[in-house]
Amino acid sequence: MMDYVWLIPLFPFVGFLINGLVGKSLPKNVVGTIGSVAVGLSFLVTVCIFFQFLKLPPGARAVEKVVFTWIASGTFQAQAAFLIDPLSLIMLLIVSGVSTLIHIYSVSYMHEEEGFYRFFTYLNLFVCMMLILVSANNFLLMFVGWEGVGLCSYLLIGYYYEKQSASDAGKKAFVVNRIGDFGFLLGIFLIFWTFGSINFREVFALAAKYPVGAGIITAITLCLFLGATGKSAQLPLYTWLPDAMEGPTPVSALIHAATMVTAGVYMVARCSALYSLAPISLTVVATVGALTAIFAATIGMAQFDIKRVLAYSTVSQLGYMFLACGVGAYVSGIFHLMTHAFFKALLFLGSGSVMHGLSGELDMRKMGDLKKHMPITYWTFLLATLAIAGIFPFAGFFSKDEILLHSLVDGKAIYWGIATAAAFITAFYMFRAVFMTFHGESRVDHHVAHHIHESPPLMTVPLMILAGLSVVGGFVGIPLIEGANVFRDFLAPAITPVAFRAAAHPTATFELGMMLFSMTVAGLGIYTAYKMYILFPDLPTQITEKFRTIYDLVYHKYYVDEVYDTVVVEPIKEGSNLLWTVVDAKGVDGVVNGSAGIIAYLSAHLRKLETGFVQNYAFAILLGVVVITGYLIGR
Amino acid sequence: MVVPVSYYLALSIALFALGVIGVLIRRNVLVILMCIEMMLNAVNLAFIGFADYFKAVDGQMFVFFVMTVAAAEVAVGLALIVAIFRNRATVYVDELNILKW
Repeated sequence: MMDYVWLIPLFPFVGFLINGLVGKSLPKNVVGTIGSVAVGLSFLVTVCIFFQFLKLPPGARAVEKVVFTWIASGTFQAQAAFLIDPLSLIMLLIVSGVSTLIHIYSVSYMHEEEGFYRFFTYLNLFVCMMLILVSANNFLLMFVGWEGVGLCSYLLIGYYYEKQSASDAGKKAFVVNRIGDFGFLLGIFLIFWTFGSINFREVFALAAKYPVGAGIITAITLCLFLGATGKSAQLPLYTWLPDAMEGPTPVSALIHAATMVTAGVYMVARCSALYSLAPISLTVVATVGALTAIFAATIGMAQFDIKRVLAYSTVSQLGYMFLACGVGAYVSGIFHLMTHAFFKALLFLGSGSVMHGLSGELDMRKMGDLKKHMPITYWTFLLATLAIAGIFPFAGFFSKDEILLHSLVDGKAIYWGIATAAAFITAFYMFRAVFMTFHGESRVDHHVAHHIHESPPLMTVPLMILAGLSVVGGFVGIPLIEGANVFRDFLAPAITPVAFRAAAHPTATFELGMMLFSMTVAGLGIYTAYKMYILFPDLPTQITEKFRTIYDLVYHKYYVDEVYDTVVVEPIKEGSNLLWTVVDAKGVDGVVNGSAGIIAYLSAHLRKLETGFVQNYAFAILLGVVVITGYLIGR
Repeated sequence: MVVPVSYYLALSIALFALGVIGVLIRRNVLVILMCIEMMLNAVNLAFIGFADYFKAVDGQMFVFFVMTVAAAEVAVGLALIVAIFRNRATVYVDELNILKW
């Protein structure tokens, strides 16, 4: 079965081709079915391979399948080949599984759209690229997937291209990602330059010979991490992700929450062999992750657009994952990646369901009391919220708790402090969203109010499946009990742990205390939200009045976009204008036009010599003869 | 009686100079062609003079070549002049100046 691993990305690619080439003339149901089945088949193949893989002994759990040699130029070798190891299998399962559910959901959600076939074409291409990204066996093929998902992200954010804000958001995402990709590409060049190979396993084997803290490894990992900050929306390149919410909601769920944005985390975990040798890079990763976690969480508190709340929440949770990787707890990062994929996809799909019921309303100030109209959406949304807040026994509890624990015992107290504060804020703003949307008094517009309805089964069933995963997803990584953390044991062969400092072994009591503490923090966050939005609905207004400046600062997202505009975008525009009007129009064109002008001026006078009189020419010849002869004689 | 080579050369130079002046200042193409013939024959004269002086036949051989070329040139030149005359109804070079700026 493992020989057929190439089928996994092939199915969505075929779906992409069919829908892209003839989808316009096919009925919508057929298009949707092709798209969903293509991804579903990938999931099926992945599951089969997974079960076969489990039969292998843990020592042999890394299989490379070469499909063909893609580039062979001197010593440079790049193969179109897949690496099946625990890490890539986990990612393949998450990507294909969540994608399948979201495809099914989209069939119903997007049914009224004009460009239905276009949507599924892009979505299938995205899945294909994402699967290549996570299963590639070398950096270059990974980069192909990396760029491919970036392209699909751009196309899907700008899906409503006739809307100015959507096409702007698409461009923004693309341009910001370019900055990150530049770093990623530099990292790949450095890797080839240093190791003479781009194959993961060869590179990691060679890297093991370098001492801890080697300069070149630090440079490589920092370059790669720049790529990760772009793709995974970390400080300072996170600004594109909130704007990416201009795309259709399933896209936000699939690309901008569950899969693509986690590519950076996957890449860092994949390169754990390199990162574990570079303490400086790890510190950078952890610091950026922690800062992003708290920074985005605070912004999330003051947003009223439900999808933007979720977007900032995604940025914040991605920060958690990087924090985990940065303290060397790669497994916890991937664990959180998985649980986050479940509950965040569910949250986005739930918000999509709310939008569907409210004729496209996104502003939470115009919602409220939807609980009784949309019970399934409400309950699934609530489960996902409990999961992200980190309440036992939901999925997020296990993964978030692990990150908090590792940030304390493997990292520094400051990381733990920041992460705990972010956890409190996360619980607060997520329950704020729940309360504003589903509880309290209805603030829905009149003309919308009378046709609020629950979404059709094609949408609610994926919600329920994801809700189930959000509830039980965490149990693959039960802490404390020896041997019960199957997730960690499964991933262990694919991860190179940090070796330059002794692994900490916290006592069971300590771990338990940590869990209780983080639960308490989350509970406090929930209680605060309850108090502010259910018990005393006037309280938020009073607080915002009291802390006007701080509130404005947060509400306007710390003016980061504005700062970037004035510091980066405007100077670049000004500079480009200068280059255009002065350097190009006057300098470059001036040289070209000037030389042409000089030639024209000279020839206007020189051509007078061409009189047309034969005798003038004859005279010129005579003169020439006289001069040459005179020279020859007088020499 | 032996004619000194300097006499030959003096005559040759005089003839050649006359030819050049003719080519440069006359208007009629036919005259110009004749002047060119004169220049060629001036050169021929120089060849003969030198052949006599050096007691070698090389110069005389060259004269034959030059005469052959001159004959061919006249044939082509006259044909061209006839063609031009048919086109432009003139043989004056100062009226044949359309190939100019």
